[in-house]
Amino acid sequence: MTESFEPVIVGFLCNWCSYRAADLAGTARIHYAPNMRPIRVMCSGRVDPQFVLKALREGADGVMIAGCHPGECHYVNGNIKTLRRYHLLKRMLKQLGVEEERVQLVWASASEGKQLAEAVDRMTEQLRALGPLRWPERVLGEDGRGANGHEAFVSAIEPREEVAA
Amino acid sequence: MNHKPMEEARIGVYVCHCGTNIAKTVDVAEVARWVGEQENVVVARDYKFMCSSLGQDLIESDIKERGLTRIVVAACSPHMHEKTFRGACQRAGLNPYMFEMANIREHDSWATDDRAAATQKAKALVEGAVRRVAHHTPLEPLPVEINPNTLVVGGGIAGITTALELANAGYHVYLVEREPSIGGHMAQLDKTFPTLDCSACILTPKMVEVGQHPNITLLSYSEVEKVEGYIGNFTITVRKKARYINEELCTGCGICEEKCPKRVVDHVFEAGLGYRKVVYRPFPQAVPKYPVIDRENCTYFLRGKCRACQIFCPTKAIDFEQEDEIITFQVGNIVLATGYDLFDARRIPQYGYGRLANVFTSMEFERMVNAAGPTGGKIVLRDGVTEPKSVAIIHCVGSRDKNYHEYCSKVCCMYSLKFAHLVHERLPDAEVYNFYIDIRAPGKGYEEFYHRLLHEGTHFIRGRVAEVTDAARQPGEEGKLIVQVEDTLIGKQRRIPVDMVILSAGLEARHDSREVSQLFKMGCDFDGFFVERHPKLDPVATMTEGIFIAGCAQGPKDIPDTVAQGAAAAARVAGLIHLGTVMMEPVRAYIHEELCSGCRICNTLCPYNAIVFHEDRQVSEVITALCQGCGTCVAACPSGVISGAHFTNEQIMSQIEGVLWDVRRNGNGKQPTVNIQQSTANVQQPTVNEP
Amino acid sequence: MKYGYYPGCSLEKNARAYHESALVVAKRLGIEFEETPDWNCCGATEYFAINALAGYALVGRNLALAARQKLNGQGNQLVAPCSACFLNLSKTDHYMAESPELAEKVNSALAAGGLSYEPGSVRVRHLLDVIVDDIGYMTVAEQVRKPLYGLRVAPYYGCLVVRPDYQHIHDEPEYPLCMDGLLKVLGAEVVDYPVKTHCCGGHMTQISEETALEMIRRLLKSAADYRADVIVTLCPMCQLNLDAYQEQVNKHFGADYHIPVLYFTQLMGLAFGASPKEVGIGKEFVDARPALAKIQEEPPQNAKQKRSRPPKGALPMPSMLSHHKGGGQ
Repeated sequence: MTESFEPVIVGFLCNWCSYRAADLAGTARIHYAPNMRPIRVMCSGRVDPQFVLKALREGADGVMIAGCHPGECHYVNGNIKTLRRYHLLKRMLKQLGVEEERVQLVWASASEGKQLAEAVDRMTEQLRALGPLRWPERVLGEDGRGANGHEAFVSAIEPREEVAA
Repeated sequence: MNHKPMEEARIGVYVCHCGTNIAKTVDVAEVARWVGEQENVVVARDYKFMCSSLGQDLIESDIKERGLTRIVVAACSPHMHEKTFRGACQRAGLNPYMFEMANIREHDSWATDDRAAATQKAKALVEGAVRRVAHHTPLEPLPVEINPNTLVVGGGIAGITTALELANAGYHVYLVEREPSIGGHMAQLDKTFPTLDCSACILTPKMVEVGQHPNITLLSYSEVEKVEGYIGNFTITVRKKARYINEELCTGCGICEEKCPKRVVDHVFEAGLGYRKVVYRPFPQAVPKYPVIDRENCTYFLRGKCRACQIFCPTKAIDFEQEDEIITFQVGNIVLATGYDLFDARRIPQYGYGRLANVFTSMEFERMVNAAGPTGGKIVLRDGVTEPKSVAIIHCVGSRDKNYHEYCSKVCCMYSLKFAHLVHERLPDAEVYNFYIDIRAPGKGYEEFYHRLLHEGTHFIRGRVAEVTDAARQPGEEGKLIVQVEDTLIGKQRRIPVDMVILSAGLEARHDSREVSQLFKMGCDFDGFFVERHPKLDPVATMTEGIFIAGCAQGPKDIPDTVAQGAAAAARVAGLIHLGTVMMEPVRAYIHEELCSGCRICNTLCPYNAIVFHEDRQVSEVITALCQGCGTCVAACPSGVISGAHFTNEQIMSQIEGVLWDVRRNGNGKQPTVNIQQSTANVQQPTVNEP
Repeated sequence: MKYGYYPGCSLEKNARAYHESALVVAKRLGIEFEETPDWNCCGATEYFAINALAGYALVGRNLALAARQKLNGQGNQLVAPCSACFLNLSKTDHYMAESPELAEKVNSALAAGGLSYEPGSVRVRHLLDVIVDDIGYMTVAEQVRKPLYGLRVAPYYGCLVVRPDYQHIHDEPEYPLCMDGLLKVLGAEVVDYPVKTHCCGGHMTQISEETALEMIRRLLKSAADYRADVIVTLCPMCQLNLDAYQEQVNKHFGADYHIPVLYFTQLMGLAFGASPKEVGIGKEFVDARPALAKIQEEPPQNAKQKRSRPPKGALPMPSMLSHHKGGGQ
C-alpha cells in the first residue's frame, strides 16, 4: 500500500444533477477511478464548509463538490451560493497550506456522466501527484493547536479540541 | 439539538448481488461479513436480488423477528429502488425513513473492474450508510391538497391541447396567452407536413372549442406576473393588458378594423410580410374575437386625434380609458407551453436577410403561401408581382452551427421539403434547390414525403451555404441572387443563381424563457429550453413539483409531438387532481427557535421565500409548506440551529466518518493521530460549540 | 491615450498616403502614437509559408520591442494600420500564448539579440478598431468640418483584418459593419458592398496574374454595380492591387473602370477639413479628384425620398432591427 499512493476523495453530489450524473456514468459503464466516495445531498447548497473540513480532517485527501450547472439548479440558485462559499473556503484552505487541487467544485448535469467521471479521474491524478494530505501534521501541528502560525484558524475550525481537552 | 442515543439502533444490512452486476466486481460476501462486525449492526446478509419479493421478505421478517430498528440496503441507486425498500420497511411496521441505501452498483461495481478497490469502496459506502442510518429519525410524509384548477401558459397548439384535455375531463383551466388571440405559430402555417392538411382547418375548431368551453377561462392579451406557493396551492397574478375594447359590448363585427386609417407592418402574425391595422385581430378566425388597439401606433394615443374606430363602432365598445387589469386566482398545477421563437436570420449577415430584398425567412414564406396571407397564396418576389423562376431553400439556418445553435431544430428539413413541394405545385416551371447538410425525416410518413420530393424534381445539393450575394461575376448571374456553396457530394464549389432564397430558420427558446423559468422557479437549460424531469421517462414534468411543460418550450418539435406532449401534461395534472392529495418528501428545514439569534442570514438565502422573520420574537421560522428542502439555509446558519430533516448535520457528519472508515483506522499510509481518534467521541454535534 | 505604433514597410513606401493621413487623423482625435523603435518587417504573407519559425521570430522581435515601450503604465497597446502586419502580430502573440513550445523557441531566437517576449503582454490593435472602439463615432462626428455629402463609398475591409479573429474585436467577421458606420458619420453615402470581405488577390499578382486580375475585377465590378464613387480600404495590399492594377484589369477584360481607391483615414482627414495634399491625395494611380469633386455642401435630400417609396403592392422589406416581440404563443 505504501508503494503507490491512492488518494481518497469524498464527493458531495447533489441529488438532482451530479448524483444522477454518477448514476449515468455507472449505467453507461464508464470506468473511472474508484477513489471518490459519494455522499448524497439534496443540493450542493447544502454543503456546509464544515463538511469539507470534516472530511479532510477525518483522513480524506481531497473533497469534490458537484452540483448542477449555474442557472440549472433544481432549487433555483443553490449552486450559486455554493460557488460563493467555495471561493471563501478556498482562500481559507490556502492559508492553512492546503493545496488548491484538494477541494474542487464541479458542475455536472444529469446527462453529463462522462464529464463527472473525467473530473474524478482528473482529480485523482492530481492528488496522486500531490501525495497524502496529512491534515494533522500539516494543519494541526505537533501539539494539535495549529502549525505554521495559524492557531487562530485551527481553533475556529476545530471547536471540538476545546471540548475534548 | 436532538441527540439520539446510539444504543437503541439495531441495524440490518443487506448487500445485493444484483445477479452478477454487483457480485462480479464487489466481493459481496466479504462486505456482508465485514459489516456484520460493525457497531450496531445486528444482521448482515448478502442476497442475489434484494429488490425481488423474496429479498424484501428477508428484510420484513428480520425487522419483525430480530427487532431491527434501522435498515441499510447496499444495492443500486436510491433513484431506482429507494421507494421499494421503504415500502418493505413500512410493511414490517418500521417507519420508512429509518432506511438508507448505499449505491454500490452505479457508483461502484459498474464504474470499475478493480475488484479489490471496488470491494474497499463498497465497504466505505456501506459503512457511511450504517453510520448515517443510526441517526435517522422517523418522519412522516407531508400531505398536500391539490387545488383542482390548472393554469396553462401559452395558447399555441400545445397549450390548447392541454387545456382541452383537462377541461373535457371536467377540470377548470385558466389559459393565459400573451398575444391577442390563441393559435400560436400553428395558426400562421399554411399546410402541415407530411400529409399537407391545411393548418387552419384542423386548428380552428380546437380554438373555437377553447373559446366556448365552460371549463376554460381564457385570458388572452395577458401575461403571468407573479407565481406564489407550491404544488397544490399556487397563487397566480395575471396582468390582463388593456385592449381598449369593452368585451361586454364588442360583437367582433370588424368595422373598427375596416375604418382604422392607419396600417403598420405586422411583425408577429404576418412575420413582417404583411400589414395590419392599428386596431386589429391578428387573423379573421381569432379567438377571442375581440380586437385590440395597438397603443404604440394609434393616432389617437399619439396625437389625441382620429377616433375613427370609436365613431364607427355600432356598439360603442371602444374604450380609450381602459386600463390594465390585475387578476389573481388559485391553481393546483401549472403547465407551461410557451412555445418557441424563430431564429433571427439577421444574425447571419452573409445570408443577406434584411439587405437583399428577395431573401425570405421560412415564416415569411409560410405566410406567403397561405391563401389568407398577404399575397393571397401567390409566390412572388418582394415587389409583389414577379413570380420567381428559381427558388433556393437553405436548411439549418441557425441550427447545427456552433456559432448559433448546435442542436438540430428537428422541423426544418420537413418544412423545407414542404416548401419545395408547394413551389412545384404553384409554379410548375420553377426550379427548386434545397441546400441541406443531412435530410432528417424521422417520423410517420416523413421519409416517404422526402422520396416524393425527389421524384418531383427538386434539386438537392448537400453542403452548407457560404453566402447569398447579389455580386454577379458572370453575365448569367446579373440581377440574380447567387448562392455560393460547396457541393460536398461532388467536392466542388458551386454558384447557383436564383430569383428567391428562403432561409429555413431554426427554432430557439423564447427570448424571455430564462425570466419565465425564474418566475415559475424551474430550470432552463443552456439553450433556454425548459428542463424536463427526465429526458426519456418523464419528459413533461419538471424538477419543480406541480409544474409541467409541453411543446417547443421544452425543445424543438413538430406538431404531432407537441400535441402528444400537451396531452401527456394534461394526463399528469389530471392524475394529481384525481388523487386530491399528494404526499411530499418530508425533507424540510426547521429552525430551533429557542436557539435562533435572529441574524436573518437565512431569510434572503431561501430561493422560495419560505423563511419569515418574526419581528416580535426576533426569530426566523421556516414555513414548512413553502420549503423545498434544499438545505441552503441549513448550511448557512452561523449558529447551526436550522436542521434539515433527513439531511441533518449529524447524519451527514456520521456518513463522512463512515465513508472514511479505512483511512481513519488503518492509515492507508496515513498515521492515525490522537486528535482524530479523540474526535470520534464528539462527532454528533459538529456545528454547535457547546461550552 | 498613448499607443505604440507599428507602421510596417508598406506605410513607408507605397502606402505613404495611409501613413500621412493616419497621423493627421490621430492628431485630430487626440491619439498619441509612439513608433516602436528599430522595428523590422512583419514577414508579410510569404515568410510564414517558407519558414514558419523564422516568421514567428521575426514578428516576435517586434512584439518584444513593443513590450519594452512602457506606455500609459497599463499594458502596451500596439497599433498596426496595415492589415497584414496586424494579422501577423496578433497571430504570433496568439500562437505563442497557445503553445509554450513555440514561445520557448521564439524566445531562444530573440535571446540572441538580448530580447524576450511574454505572450499577452502587448495588445495588438488595428487602427480602425482603435478609432471605432476606443475613440468612438461620437468623437469622430465632433471633428467633422466638411462632411462628405453625396459621395458614394464602397467600404472594403479585405480578408486579413477580419479572419481569423484572434482578438475578438469584430462585431461580425463574416459581414463587418464598423467601417460602414464610420463612413456614415463622415456624411458619406455608404453602399452595401457585398464583396467587402473578399480577397483582393494579395501577392497573387506575382504568382498568377490571370487569377489576380479576375479577383480584382470582381471587386471593381461590384463597386461599379453599386455605383460607388470610391472604394475605401484599410489595407495597403488591397489598395495597391485595386488601384495599381485597375488599368491592367481594364485592358485584360476590355472594361472601363475608373474607381479611385482611398484609405479610410484619407476620407476622415478630408472630412475633418484637412487639405487633400495633407492626407496624401494625389499619390494614387486612379485619380481621385473627379470623384471627390462630387462632394456636396448640403446633405442630399431628394435621393433618399425617391428610394423610400416602394412600388404599390410590394411586400414590406424586413427592417434590419430585430423584432423580439415573439410570434403568437
